[in-house]
Amino acid sequence: MSQPAIEVKNLSKVYNINHEQKAAAGTHTLRDTLLNAVKKPLSVVIGGKLDQEKFWALKDINLEVNKGDVIGLIGRNGSGKSTLLKVLSRIVDPTEGEVFMRGKVASLLEVGTGFHPELTGRENIFFNGAILGMSQREIRAKFDEIVEFSEVEKFLDTPVKFYSSGMYVRLAFSVAAHLDPDILIVDEVLAVGDAAFQKKCLGKIKDVAGSGRTVLFVSHNMSTVQSLCNKVALLEKGVIKAIGETGAVIDLYSSAVVASGPIISKNDPSRIGKILSLGINSENKRNGMSEDLQFELTYQINEEITNAIITCDFYSVDGVPIMATTDVDSSLRDYHGTRKPGIYLSTVKIPPHTFTDKTFYVVGTIQVPGRDAIDSTGEFYFEVAPDNGFKRSEVVPGSHFGYMAALIPWETEKLK
Amino acid sequence: MSDVVTVIKPKKHLAIDWKELKAFRELFFYFAWRDVKVRYKQTAIGASWAIFQPFITMIVFTLFFNRVAGIETGSAAVPYAIFSFIGLLFWNYFSNALNRSANSLVDNQSVVTKVYFPRLIPPVSSTIVSLIDFCFALLVYIGLMIYFQIVPTPLGLLLFLPAVALTFVAATGPGLFLAALNVKYRDVKQILPFIIQTGLFLTPVIYPVAAVPSQYQWILYLNPMTGVINAMRSSMLGLGSINWALTAVSVVSALVMFVLGLYYFKTKEREFADII
Repeated sequence: MSQPAIEVKNLSKVYNINHEQKAAAGTHTLRDTLLNAVKKPLSVVIGGKLDQEKFWALKDINLEVNKGDVIGLIGRNGSGKSTLLKVLSRIVDPTEGEVFMRGKVASLLEVGTGFHPELTGRENIFFNGAILGMSQREIRAKFDEIVEFSEVEKFLDTPVKFYSSGMYVRLAFSVAAHLDPDILIVDEVLAVGDAAFQKKCLGKIKDVAGSGRTVLFVSHNMSTVQSLCNKVALLEKGVIKAIGETGAVIDLYSSAVVASGPIISKNDPSRIGKILSLGINSENKRNGMSEDLQFELTYQINEEITNAIITCDFYSVDGVPIMATTDVDSSLRDYHGTRKPGIYLSTVKIPPHTFTDKTFYVVGTIQVPGRDAIDSTGEFYFEVAPDNGFKRSEVVPGSHFGYMAALIPWETEKLK
Repeated sequence: MSDVVTVIKPKKHLAIDWKELKAFRELFFYFAWRDVKVRYKQTAIGASWAIFQPFITMIVFTLFFNRVAGIETGSAAVPYAIFSFIGLLFWNYFSNALNRSANSLVDNQSVVTKVYFPRLIPPVSSTIVSLIDFCFALLVYIGLMIYFQIVPTPLGLLLFLPAVALTFVAATGPGLFLAALNVKYRDVKQILPFIIQTGLFLTPVIYPVAAVPSQYQWILYLNPMTGVINAMRSSMLGLGSINWALTAVSVVSALVMFVLGLYYFKTKEREFADII
């Protein structure tokens, strides 16, 4: 009988990208406009559309979230998650379509919005609460609860600029946690604070969800999504790619990122050198745990360099740094040697039983320590599959704990 | 679940949502409260600055413009000090309000891009903050009235609040316009001190309106602050008479600028978070 708590219909959002001026963060100066007006008088009259390209950050999004659902929103960077959140939070206007939200909405796109470093903890609670939509009466009523949850009673009358980052985040989240909305929209604000406090925050969100409220949660952290959400929507290039049961959509996401093509250098070519390709010794980028993983990095050097380091940084699919390996870990020969202009191939062989059966990505970089990187690749995704070489796979079903899977010898003897 | 239904769709109409502004009314106060709190943190004499600044400016003006340059008030009964102070009282309110509201959105950038609230709140609440400085300066003014033993006419007391209100309207209109423009063009921040500095000389703060040939005075009255300051000098200090026709020019000019500023702000409002 009841209507969905959040109903999104044919929602689209277009951004105009200016090619002419690469103005950082979209800030224009009058000079640019005046100059353009002189150069292309017509374009200004028509509305300056000549050098603009349309970018659909969101395209025809349809989504229904029922009351009491905890829905996770996942997708790679730039897939439109943040834009969707901003539209749902009414911060930016959609270009087309409409959204109905039934109930009181609170949205948390960051912790500590509007916190002012010069204000004390107490003062910030009031301002932050107000800007998140609490009335003064509500804040007063919940004040003690907020302070208790934040664990910063002692420093309540100290300006927050003297707080440690942990205290700051705790105070900020505590205000947000006491909002009491019907619909809660949360961006990855949980990825802050120490482990204990993160757990407390997760608990709080679970409480909110458990009490029949609707939560829309955006995260890169699949394990958090897994533990919180009963439904997940996968966004890709501004479109909803899949929506449904949590486990299934997360699996789809993992395999989708692996299937995405090899990413070559995404930066502007540098004067000194450029990465040409990054490859793996596997057709489908899916190796077993007991096979080695071989990555090949080809790059072009234009100017003679010494002291260069080639790095491969490994991350889990949700962005947790796992480890880095460099060509100077075992020998400094190449470091001190000179690389003359030419094309090079560096190969790194990751031994079997290094990673668990999960999805990872690697970023290759050439750099001279202490200076800007010469070039780096984009995210190159690959998957590690369980196999019988790693004996635990035979007896423990499902994904293994953690990210690393070193084959470590054990010995057991009976003592009594 | 409460019955509130929020509908989000592309905004086409420009009407002001009064119901929403009412729901967010506490936020006007909170923005102002925060700015006041932050303003005098880590200062030794705190809010006393709001008293010292206009007082010292008045002394400097009296010394240079009156004693050195020889500008007279037009009446032997009214000393230059109080003549310039009443001008400064209103001019400072106007210029501070304009300055703060023009920078209000950019200064609150982090909030604008992370939370929804009616975008009118920061610029309008900025003019409220400046009103607090105005009240401190008003205390000095009352002190000067007592010191120089000048009694305001009943008309002066009657016109005082309308004069404050007109200053508010006169500052808010251009303030809204510049705040919206500042979101896209940061040049506003650079040009604003220049506008305010020039404005001081285009407004009869240091000189009487009578110093301008009468056939050109209407030009001066296009600046709403001319109407405000002249009416106050006339009714509070007994200097000359109020030219009602020209004062009406100031009132209309303030209202026109207010409507235009508000209109521009409302047309640009929906893209603030995208480009700020």
